[in-house]
Amino acid sequence: MNPDLSHFGALAAAVGATPLVELTAGLGLAPPLRLFAKLESVNPGASIKDRPVLRMLQAGIAAGALAGGRRVLDSSSGNAGISYAMLGAALGVPVSIVVPGNASAERLARIHAHGAELILTDPLEGYDHALRTAQALAAQYPERYWYCNQYANAENWRAHYDGTGAEILRQLQALDLHADCFVAGVGTGGTLTGVARRLREAHPGLAVYAAIPDAFPGIEGLKPLGAAGDIVPDILDASLIDERIGISAEHAVAMCRRLAALGLFVGPSSGAYVHTALAVARSGRHRTIVTILSDSGERYLSVGLWPAG
Amino acid sequence: MAKVIVRIPTPLRPFAGGQAEVQAEGATAAEVLASLGRSYPDLCARVLDAEGAPRVFVNVFVGHDRLRDKAALAAPLGAAAVISIVPAVAGGHDADQRSKAF
Repeated sequence: MNPDLSHFGALAAAVGATPLVELTAGLGLAPPLRLFAKLESVNPGASIKDRPVLRMLQAGIAAGALAGGRRVLDSSSGNAGISYAMLGAALGVPVSIVVPGNASAERLARIHAHGAELILTDPLEGYDHALRTAQALAAQYPERYWYCNQYANAENWRAHYDGTGAEILRQLQALDLHADCFVAGVGTGGTLTGVARRLREAHPGLAVYAAIPDAFPGIEGLKPLGAAGDIVPDILDASLIDERIGISAEHAVAMCRRLAALGLFVGPSSGAYVHTALAVARSGRHRTIVTILSDSGERYLSVGLWPAG
Repeated sequence: MAKVIVRIPTPLRPFAGGQAEVQAEGATAAEVLASLGRSYPDLCARVLDAEGAPRVFVNVFVGHDRLRDKAALAAPLGAAAVISIVPAVAGGHDADQRSKAF
């Protein structure tokens, strides 16, 4: 088969196959304990969301979901919106993204730059309101929108099962290692579900920790699932989680700044994951810990993540 | 002293009696938030840090103007001011009725 030399083909080919970086020495840990993280900011959309969005779009197009000129519709706190907008633009597919009005200016600007329609919702009403707005639009205008719904679309977690998780397995095998611990959080649940399933199938002893933010002010893209009765996305397989660990925004920010000093410029969910992974590492229960650096710190210049001057 | 409307974001409403808006008294945003803290003590601890400045990822607005630090919170409020407390990042909240219980 001839390679796809279009600019969409080039973008699609650049999604995934990200580096696995070792944080062991940088965070003051010592072998045999080792801590690794997938550096997802090197994706063309600068976040891990390129993986599921690419797969969901390809599956939707193959199924004819965009027939009749329907627009791709989803809600996003920003990163997935950028992936939809970028890939949609490359495909010539119209995209509408419902985003809370308090998504960072950097996110909104990039979604807009790719020509996607931005539908902003009241930031005081939280992310839920954006999600409900997307649901309502999809129900009201089925002829206008294909609601991709990253919270319920199984192609989301499959992208991480076949992609992120499989890559981690191969990259650790090359070092004669396998993960006995995986740390992530829950946004849509796609990363945690897909990666944890893949790693646990290969090594059933894998322990899975979920970093759970305080409900306010929250951490970009992560759901606070800590309390009984909380609601979670359809694609999250919560049975994979062995333990939930609470994390404050302040701890996530402190870890982002520590990682920046190591040359890794990442966003607050990454800081939350690494802070949690470090706490797990110090428990002494695991030897090879893997986590995710979800996106770039560039996306948080306007929200106070980085100290000025 | 003037009554000021304070708009409360969804995740903080459980700490404000479930209300989306409350009224509090004060000549500055700092005074209004202190007054609010007397009525709803768990609310202010989630908005301000130990030094009385907005916590990381917390924005306090008067109208469309963001009060970035403790000095800005101490500036006199204009007439009919409305204060909004807004998370600076679009983190997930969790009441999607189409999803299943944890």
